[in-house]
Amino acid sequence: MDTFGNLMQGFAIALTPINLMWCLVGVAVGTAIGVLPGLGPALTIALLLPITTKVDPTAAFILFAGIYYGAMYGGSTTSILLNTPGESASIVTSLEGNKMARRGRAGAALATAAIGSFVAGTIGTIGITFVAEPVVNFALKFGPAEYFSLMILCFITVSAVLGNSAVRGLTALFVGMFLGMIGVDNQSGQLRFTFGIVELYDGINVIVVAVGLFAIGETLWLAAMPKEKEEEPLAIKDSIMMSREDWRRSWKPWIRGALIGFPIGAMPAGGAEIPTFLSYSIEKKLSEKPEEFGHGAIEGVAGPEAANNASAAGVLVPMLALGLPTSATAAVMLSAFQSYGINPGPQLLSTNGALIWGLIASLYIGNVMLLVLNLPLVGLWVKMLKIPAPLMYGGILIFATIGTYGISRSVVDLILLYSIGVMGFFMRKYDFPTAPVIIGMILGPLAEMNFRQAMTISQGSFSIFFEKPLSLFLLMLTALALIGPPIWSYLRSRNRVAGA
Amino acid sequence: MSLRPALPETCVGLFMVGFAAVVGAATAAIPDSAYARVGPAVIPWAITAGLVFFGLLLAIQGLRGGWDHERDTQFDLRSLAWLGAGLILNLLLIDGVRFGETTLVPRVGFILSSTVMFFCTARAFGSERPIRDGLIGFTLAIVAYVGFDRVLGYQIGSGLIERFL
Repeated sequence: MDTFGNLMQGFAIALTPINLMWCLVGVAVGTAIGVLPGLGPALTIALLLPITTKVDPTAAFILFAGIYYGAMYGGSTTSILLNTPGESASIVTSLEGNKMARRGRAGAALATAAIGSFVAGTIGTIGITFVAEPVVNFALKFGPAEYFSLMILCFITVSAVLGNSAVRGLTALFVGMFLGMIGVDNQSGQLRFTFGIVELYDGINVIVVAVGLFAIGETLWLAAMPKEKEEEPLAIKDSIMMSREDWRRSWKPWIRGALIGFPIGAMPAGGAEIPTFLSYSIEKKLSEKPEEFGHGAIEGVAGPEAANNASAAGVLVPMLALGLPTSATAAVMLSAFQSYGINPGPQLLSTNGALIWGLIASLYIGNVMLLVLNLPLVGLWVKMLKIPAPLMYGGILIFATIGTYGISRSVVDLILLYSIGVMGFFMRKYDFPTAPVIIGMILGPLAEMNFRQAMTISQGSFSIFFEKPLSLFLLMLTALALIGPPIWSYLRSRNRVAGA
Repeated sequence: MSLRPALPETCVGLFMVGFAAVVGAATAAIPDSAYARVGPAVIPWAITAGLVFFGLLLAIQGLRGGWDHERDTQFDLRSLAWLGAGLILNLLLIDGVRFGETTLVPRVGFILSSTVMFFCTARAFGSERPIRDGLIGFTLAIVAYVGFDRVLGYQIGSGLIERFL
């Protein structure tokens, strides 16, 4: 069947009242946690993972995807009104957005962010619709060797290329792979890294690690910071509308942002930081009024916010088409597939076509819902920013505890949760990225499985990874990603010395 | 580049090397399986090697002056103590502590232990309204319990308050 027919079938699934309800719940929860500083989609989806035992996969993924998209919308509200970005990809939005709010143009900033998110989110979803199938058709030719090499490339890009330091990113990745190995090895039945603790035989649940790092670690960190007077969200003095001038200055940055964000998000490296910064600098160059940048230029909100949402959509392409998670949130969603016993990978689209197309259709619907939730109803979310910190973090800990304790009613899980929280605290202190831990934990065992299958095919010879052209190409890309940046910066610093 | 060693970063690196040693010891304890071509210990050895390698690199970076991070912030130790107390009390109270036949700490259940944790957390974040915090924590814990145990069907278990719900 053609893509359009598939999509129409997806809409038939997504438009049933029960799935519309899940979508609405998802985007509302997503917006809420996006608005609240310190909460993110990875943490929220992890806490909700146990519902996979109660509802059918389509409903669960519509809910999760709604949370994922909603958090992107909500994050921009916080970064415009509070100047403390809820999630890292919103940092750029706060550069100009907060300045606009200080000049009494909060309404226009919120409007261009929300409409830009809608435009880019929809372009991104159209991208998923048409790119997913070709990617799948290409990936169906992959054998275990190609898969293993692709995963190695993904490991290197998410931990070594993104972020401040390759060494610290890779350290975090290896810690995550260690956590992923704990428990019974599926192939040999041997116990690994259980240290004699019975509760570890089934492995560590990804809920424990995600909630520990993102909820407990974050709470410990914020408690340790010196207490300043709480920042009040800026009042919205103007109406939530854009003037004709605002529209004229916004629409091109929206489109450009979406066209930058989607492809970068869809690459095996993922990440929203690069496209948002890229969009910001492009808009600054192209603006008719570059002097306004730094004082609240609307293009500086419209472009990066669009890039952010389009890259979030892009991340779903490798996740759905290849089973390759390139962000912490995608890794948690991938573990939801596993808990349904669904094998993520290129065969997903043919074996679970209804699920995937229903999910894609619900992304279109969710975007429309989010536009309504974030434009006329934005005042509702702003009220959430007035929750005092003592009550909010107390509440976060209650939900983190019940979500973890509820898995198996074991205090061992809680001890692990709090210990991983302490680890998260020190990772924050010494500037280690946390996403590679989650990605290593989920993707590590999958990489091992492909490695074993490839070695069985090749009868124990490593040459299989270098003899298959595509596998060799992916490994060469990996090497380039690993050694390219240091060589580049070395050459640049040498040139600078030579030039001086 | 500053060549003055940075002690904390060096310690982070050495800690990772120590952690790698523990992982290596645990890897050595994995029995080999004759069935698989790639045994269960192969990837764990690779992980051990990676941890040793990057731990050493971190230690070397530490000796060469360390890296950029939150260096100067003075941590609020009083807050951390409150928060730590809240987490530990929750661990002790939620299921109780037994040593053989004797009960050292009675099981009070999720709702009360979470109320205590909420109270301590609020203190850690500078709240000075103990009665309000206690009441809100108690209410929120009941909401969470009813939502997760009764609506979503998790098994949170019973306790002093739970039995009346």
